[in-house]
Amino acid sequence: MAEDKKTNRRDFIFTASYALGAVGVGAAVWPLIDQMNPDASVKALASTEVDISSVERGQSITVLWRGKPVFIRRRTDEEIAKAKEVNLEELKHPEKDEDRAKNPEWLVMIGVCTHLGCVPLGDKGEYGGWFCPCHGSHYDTSGRIRKGPAPTNMEVPKYEFVNSNTIKIG
Amino acid sequence: MSDHEYTPKSKFGKWFNDRLPLLTLGNHLTEYPTPKNLNYWWTFGAILTFCLMAQIITGIILAMHYVANSDLAFESVEHIMRDVNYGWLIRYFHANGSSMFFLAVYIHIFRSMYYGSHKSPRELIWIIGMIIYFLMMMTAFMGYVLPWGQMSFWAATVITNLFSAVPFIGDSITNWLWGGFAVDSPTLTRFYALHYLFPFLILGLVILHIWALHIPGNNNPIGIDLKHPSKDKVPFHPYIVIKDLYALLIFLIIFAFLVFYSPNLLGHPDNYIEANPMVTPDHIVPEWYLLPFYAILRSIPDKLFGVIAMFGSIVVLVILPWLDTSKVRSAIFRPLYKQFYWFLVADVLILGYVGAMPAEGLYLLVARVATAYYFLHFLVILPVLGVKEKTLDVPLSLTEPVLGGSTNESILKNKKEI
Amino acid sequence: MKNFFKLILFLTFFVIYGFSSIAAEKSHELLSPGWSFKGFFGKFDTASLQRGYQVYTEVCSACHSMKYLSYRNLSQPGGPEFSDQQAKIIASQFEVIDGPNSEGEMFTRPARLSDKFVGPYANEQAATVANGGAYPPDMSVLVKARQGGADYIYSVLMGYEDPPSGITLDDGVYYNKYMPGNNIKMAKPLSAGAVEYTDGTDASEEQMAKDVVAFLAWAAEPHLEARHKIGFRAIIYLFIITVLVYFSMKKLWSRIESKV
Repeated sequence: MAEDKKTNRRDFIFTASYALGAVGVGAAVWPLIDQMNPDASVKALASTEVDISSVERGQSITVLWRGKPVFIRRRTDEEIAKAKEVNLEELKHPEKDEDRAKNPEWLVMIGVCTHLGCVPLGDKGEYGGWFCPCHGSHYDTSGRIRKGPAPTNMEVPKYEFVNSNTIKIG
Repeated sequence: MSDHEYTPKSKFGKWFNDRLPLLTLGNHLTEYPTPKNLNYWWTFGAILTFCLMAQIITGIILAMHYVANSDLAFESVEHIMRDVNYGWLIRYFHANGSSMFFLAVYIHIFRSMYYGSHKSPRELIWIIGMIIYFLMMMTAFMGYVLPWGQMSFWAATVITNLFSAVPFIGDSITNWLWGGFAVDSPTLTRFYALHYLFPFLILGLVILHIWALHIPGNNNPIGIDLKHPSKDKVPFHPYIVIKDLYALLIFLIIFAFLVFYSPNLLGHPDNYIEANPMVTPDHIVPEWYLLPFYAILRSIPDKLFGVIAMFGSIVVLVILPWLDTSKVRSAIFRPLYKQFYWFLVADVLILGYVGAMPAEGLYLLVARVATAYYFLHFLVILPVLGVKEKTLDVPLSLTEPVLGGSTNESILKNKKEI
Repeated sequence: MKNFFKLILFLTFFVIYGFSSIAAEKSHELLSPGWSFKGFFGKFDTASLQRGYQVYTEVCSACHSMKYLSYRNLSQPGGPEFSDQQAKIIASQFEVIDGPNSEGEMFTRPARLSDKFVGPYANEQAATVANGGAYPPDMSVLVKARQGGADYIYSVLMGYEDPPSGITLDDGVYYNKYMPGNNIKMAKPLSAGAVEYTDGTDASEEQMAKDVVAFLAWAAEPHLEARHKIGFRAIIYLFIITVLVYFSMKKLWSRIESKV
């Protein structure tokens, strides 16, 4: 009986030490890992406000957001119509234009080709939208992939109209 | 004890271990017979290993955020302190870790000197240790330059300028070191590269240091050779492992107080001023662990001889196994040596103190006397003591009663917790 | 057990020595109004930091930059803790140089949260020339860059006196009791009522000095509160696990002690 009791007490102290030790090691390791996460100065630039008051119809601007180019295009009625006409069956990555541009006049997309990451050129290509010179992907007036190796449409980031002159991206 | 031994059970484990016995390497740790009378001064080897690992890990992480360019370095350190997640913690850990590393290494070195761990057959362990110590000082010196504060810049200037003392080629050497005509960005970038490299050289030497130790086995407080196998020894795991862990935790408590409550206590405020080549700080001082050498350097009026004396103070340590001629290892049985040992400790502390003071007046006088005494200790006192000292009788073993000589029994009785 | 106590004794002396040497530095000569952020449980007083920011902006920022601070720091926890809205408004009152734009020109725009504090001068040389050859130091880490820290800065602010008889100072040099060398090229910056605090606190000289130094102390150590908090938990944890490991060690060693 006494022997059992001794063993139990001995095991307990070891188990308790191991358990508490594991907690300590975990707590110590976390900062070493978290330091690689985006730091405060990077997170401060996680969203950008863009002044769009000087963008005219048919004009595009490109801004830098989170280290990537973002195309902001103020589309003409023709471009909007063309985008809406497209039969979704034809699309490699079917997406409705309304879902990509809530305010149809404004198209906001990350200007990175979804194939291998080059920046597509505007007002080029066979579909009136963008053309990526690296491997020949063609995007339409809604930024959707129509021809070429890119698998998906150009990504639309989270954005909102802060007021009629300002878009906040991210 | 053989029930603790691990042999690989899986096919893969067996295949791997046959080719590279890594999996069974742990058995060596489990078995390695360690004297059971080691006191807490022996735990600092393990503490030092922890310090090296910790500095390497925190250092690599800092390197992910630091920029080694004279225009950007100071700012990048502020970026780490302010913006990087837990950056302040990692930076303060690394900076104070350096102080703790040296505290541990001094205790480790002085423990060796007291108990005669530097003596035959452990001379090479001692020499490798001295090389490690020297590399540590170079690493710490270069690391201190990286934040590019006033002290960083001017300490770099003063120390690199020392090389101009070399006859004929001195100036060429300093320009080669600087990569220019003064300490500037090229100096910073090369110090950064070397500061990253040296700890890995230290790591390699630490492995050699431990390997060389495991040949004769550990020394112990009464300095006698222990037979093998011997019931005076215990397996390293778990007995010594847990003792080292306990000591490490106490060490970490002190470390934690520094890092969390007084992180700039051991630093110098001037290093929070950006480096300015046009303005010299009132008092240029190195970090505390380099102060004794700084004191020796400044105590000699001649520039070249000052440099020689400073390096000489390390050389004299390297050849200690041959300067200390005594056949008896442990200071416990060397009453005179024990006295002189404590004089040396006091001497080094005094050198450290005057190293932080301006090199003038009474401070300079004291520095000179202390420097002279330092060399006297190693070059005169130790060799003479070894020959002349009447040592106490040394016991034959830890546990067996000693053959004759009541002196020994009373020592064993009084020192039961050596 | 003997060694354990020796170690604790050593630890205690080490800590006492360490802290007393800071204390010695402080109390020896310097003035100290008492700081809420000192000590193991020290925290910043948010109201004081906000007032201090007001003093900095209205008095000091005319000459002193704070280039390592960003406007977003004003709303982060552990600091003055303005709301995000307030911090945005504060930022927008300052003009930042940005560019080049697509025409290749630099332009100015209102500051955003992500921008660093705008300084009064374009560069160090301009600052030096505008201040009689003395560069007003950047204050981002000033509290850490001076022996005596917050107490020292407070003492200098409160330490302007008439020079003792027999000492005449050059033009543009003032006598200060706590400045090393006693000469300072900054005129006394604070006088009662120099700032009208938005929270209604009486803006006496001592109050403004205390608030602005608290603000500077935060600017130098924005993570002080987190450091104290995590430190407290870490040290308690270490004490507990040290005790556990100690008893584990005793249990383990008791196995073999008995065999001797």
